[in-house]
Amino acid sequence: MQKLYTNIIQIVGDVITVEAENVGNTEMAQVITRRGTSLAQVIRLDGKKVFLQVFAGSRGISTGDKVKFLGHPMRVATGASLLGRIFNGSGLPLDNGPALYDNLVKIGGPPVNPVKRIIPNKMIRTGIPMIDVFNSLVESQKLPVFSIAGEPYNELLASIATQAEVDIIILGGMGLKYDDYLFFRDTLEEHGALSHSIVFMHTAADPVVECLLVPDISLAVAENYALEGKRVLVLLTDMSNFCDALKEIAITMQQIPSNRGYPGDLYSQLAARYEKAVDFDTAGSITILAATTMPGDDVTHPIPDNTGYITEGQFYLKNGVIEPFGSLSRLKQQVNAKTRDDHRTIMDTMIQLFADYRETQEKQAMGFQMSSWDMKLLKYGKLFEDNMMSLRVNVPLEKALDRGWDILHDCFSPEETGIKKSMTDKYWPDNNENKTYSG
Amino acid sequence: MTAPRKGRVTKISGNMVTVRFDSPVMQNEVAYILHGAERLKSEIIRVRNNLAEMQVYEATSCLKIGEEVEFTGELLSVELGPGMLGQIFDGLQNPLPEVARQCGFFLKRGVYIKALSDTEVWDFTPLVKTGDTVRAGDKIGFVQEKIFRHYCMVPFSLRGSFEVVSVENDGRFTIRQAVAQIKDPNGRMYPVFLSQHWPVKIPIRSYAEKLKPDKPLVTRMRLIDSLFPVARGGTYCIPGPFGAGKTVLQQLTSRHAEVDVVVIAACGERAGEVVETIKTFPTLTDPRTNHPLSDRTVIICNTSSMPVAARESSVYTAVTIAEYYRQMGLHVLLLADSTSRWAQAMREMSGRLEEIPGEEAFPAYLESRIASFYERAGVVRLHDGSTGSVTIGGAVSPAGGNFEEPVTQATLKVVGAFHGLSRSRSDARRYPAIDPLISWSKYKSFIDEKQKERGHGILRKGFDIVQMMKVVGEEGTSLSDYVDYLKAEFFDFVYLQQNAFDTVDEATPKERQIYVFDFIYRILESEFIFENKDAALHFFQLLRQLFKGWNSSPWQSEEFEKTEKEIRVHLLERLKKG
Repeated sequence: MQKLYTNIIQIVGDVITVEAENVGNTEMAQVITRRGTSLAQVIRLDGKKVFLQVFAGSRGISTGDKVKFLGHPMRVATGASLLGRIFNGSGLPLDNGPALYDNLVKIGGPPVNPVKRIIPNKMIRTGIPMIDVFNSLVESQKLPVFSIAGEPYNELLASIATQAEVDIIILGGMGLKYDDYLFFRDTLEEHGALSHSIVFMHTAADPVVECLLVPDISLAVAENYALEGKRVLVLLTDMSNFCDALKEIAITMQQIPSNRGYPGDLYSQLAARYEKAVDFDTAGSITILAATTMPGDDVTHPIPDNTGYITEGQFYLKNGVIEPFGSLSRLKQQVNAKTRDDHRTIMDTMIQLFADYRETQEKQAMGFQMSSWDMKLLKYGKLFEDNMMSLRVNVPLEKALDRGWDILHDCFSPEETGIKKSMTDKYWPDNNENKTYSG
Repeated sequence: MTAPRKGRVTKISGNMVTVRFDSPVMQNEVAYILHGAERLKSEIIRVRNNLAEMQVYEATSCLKIGEEVEFTGELLSVELGPGMLGQIFDGLQNPLPEVARQCGFFLKRGVYIKALSDTEVWDFTPLVKTGDTVRAGDKIGFVQEKIFRHYCMVPFSLRGSFEVVSVENDGRFTIRQAVAQIKDPNGRMYPVFLSQHWPVKIPIRSYAEKLKPDKPLVTRMRLIDSLFPVARGGTYCIPGPFGAGKTVLQQLTSRHAEVDVVVIAACGERAGEVVETIKTFPTLTDPRTNHPLSDRTVIICNTSSMPVAARESSVYTAVTIAEYYRQMGLHVLLLADSTSRWAQAMREMSGRLEEIPGEEAFPAYLESRIASFYERAGVVRLHDGSTGSVTIGGAVSPAGGNFEEPVTQATLKVVGAFHGLSRSRSDARRYPAIDPLISWSKYKSFIDEKQKERGHGILRKGFDIVQMMKVVGEEGTSLSDYVDYLKAEFFDFVYLQQNAFDTVDEATPKERQIYVFDFIYRILESEFIFENKDAALHFFQLLRQLFKGWNSSPWQSEEFEKTEKEIRVHLLERLKKG
């Protein structure tokens, strides 16, 4: 069974071709070289020719090296022993702990039957007002964070990871700088979140093939927990690196590129991962937050474009804040009616006024005269930016709503907000309390 | 053709498998790859020498070179018969609830379940008697399926005329029991069952003639029905960038459109959206029939993470089911969301076949495939004189929201109406986000032509004035231009936009549309007197508010009439006398 094959007939990019028989598609293999053993995966079969993508890269592989087929597709250990551990893209430990082989499951498993899904209805609180109040994150949602290089998207993901009310957090890092990896590790540790986290980390220095495995391996583990009734949050960063890895392998395999060099099945490949987000009928759930850096801040680039068609909304992270316009949680309607009765009112009113503020800012920039209403808006906008939008703000939803009322109270009279009277009667802050934000 | 013809796998690349064969094979023939106990369905899409290239409707992991393949000699077919309404199928017509019962949470590879129940019994009533002459598509009898008479028809595949040899009396039958025997002039006998099979990629043509689509299909969306109407048996497309509301628009249409049967093809889109339809339709009542909406709906669901090849076939499965109900003299609406995913599935396959790519790597036959799909829509006169129709509405998801891309362009060439969604309208929360300045329709609206033209005119004028105001500012705009701009905004706000969360406003019946459009037409034609722009703005703001209340009061209710009076009073104040 464990026959060794030595006739490597082609090495192109990270893909090697070996002549072998009785090999299954997507089966795993070991490539044994002088410098060590690497895992590899079958990606194409043509007669006797077996095409393998080598996880450690093809550098240093000799045509005389040995290939051993393992007779099973890529698998990953699952279960409680993974908690608090850090692995690489092939599932090998990075944290000096032992390698794990418990409850192995195949990665990239079959899709969920749509009739076994339920309509999402549970909110995930993150403590970030721009999410909780304005674009609530919902269990089983798949949401990308659209951003550009240099923006603090990893900081945002880390702070969601440490605050989100979920059972388990799985972090899949793709093409991260080593510093970013350390940042994630330290942040999770500091906040005591590492004990219910699992990290699969591919850094920029690691071979590109491993990058491709990170989403699948993370989601396979997540799925296993979800089936046990756990609520799992999967954080993937940065999905653009995953797409670029796909592109690299596709070109190596001489596939015809469709748009800007990306393979024609980019949509299906991304969908196969994002659609793993699920709220199981009678079991747990998987929620996916994924950072996607947009090359050149261009939302029509194939990566954000295809992502946008798959995901249920998006967060735009721009100039260090979650931009209220353009950001959208498509599922927020499912949950924000049953949090507090003023939730939707605050959400709509504050955004509307903020839009007015932006217009006033433009007018101001063009040198128009400011009316007294404009002055009110300018004051409001500043308070909103400092006390709601800033990523440093970290308050529970109810506090954030109260804060919203306080800001409105500081800037406007109840009628000026356009809010229904019954609502202002109930929530408009008392003048005597004297909690102002304009100090 | 006694022993099954066989072949062996020689190449595996993604979901494409090449097979060596030595007995004849047929293009588009279905074959099964035998992998241990699993049988994986596939379809031959190209034959070269003694190699057949097949797309596999399943994941191909673990398949090996040399594994056996069994050819079936049949084209990819669906089973058509009673029991489809209210059902949820995948792209290959496997009933998903039954799959869930057998396999649990996941879609297990190689599990195929009969689309229709073998054991369910139906009350059959015959319509023909022994000795009658019949031909393909003629009605032998009927059973009651939900709210419809589901006719049992002579198989569409038979050619020529036949004599009814025997037919069962009223009684209870399963779809596996023959309800009649017919014979051809040579005396060959054919049984007729309650159900029949039909290859999905071939249109059903058992009708007398195809007619011109000239009756409007009322969707109860004012913007569509009044300005960009769709005809029964016509075609239309809804392209739009992500987040512009394509799916919501289709969901609303599937609820309110005045048709008998709605077939929803969820093709390569989010599972979450299908789940919403699956879970809410059984709980929503169709106001016209007082039955759950699901009773008149068939859902074909091949979401984005399900196998790509089955995605390609899912739109054909859907249109075949639509054609089948059309053969009963019903009006069917097929909503495909999204045809871009279907086109991408073709592109993926084409890439694997290493065909020479066309624009954006789509295959060269993209246009003809899209054209022949939309051509399956139409109104037909059946042999018994009744008419039935299939209307096709396809959502398109253009890459980057750019309508210049090949799928949108190929679709625009063949459809009768274009409802283009725009990001700017959806950003401004103007729903439905169909942009009236770029959309068009070749079908006739039930709104008076002159009035409709006036509506289009004021929108164009309003847009021009807005552009001008951006340069010269409000101060530099003349009062009459400013009033035109306000009229255009008013028309947009109170008529084109519809509130999907308001139970009355979300659907406007035809009579009300005609009435209100006429009312608005007269406002657009009227001349008002204002001393300045502020007065005009204030007047239209109030008018808008009154209209919003009017829109959400039930048709011809007391409230409706009361608000109408208020509006008239408000108008009189500023109306130029004479």
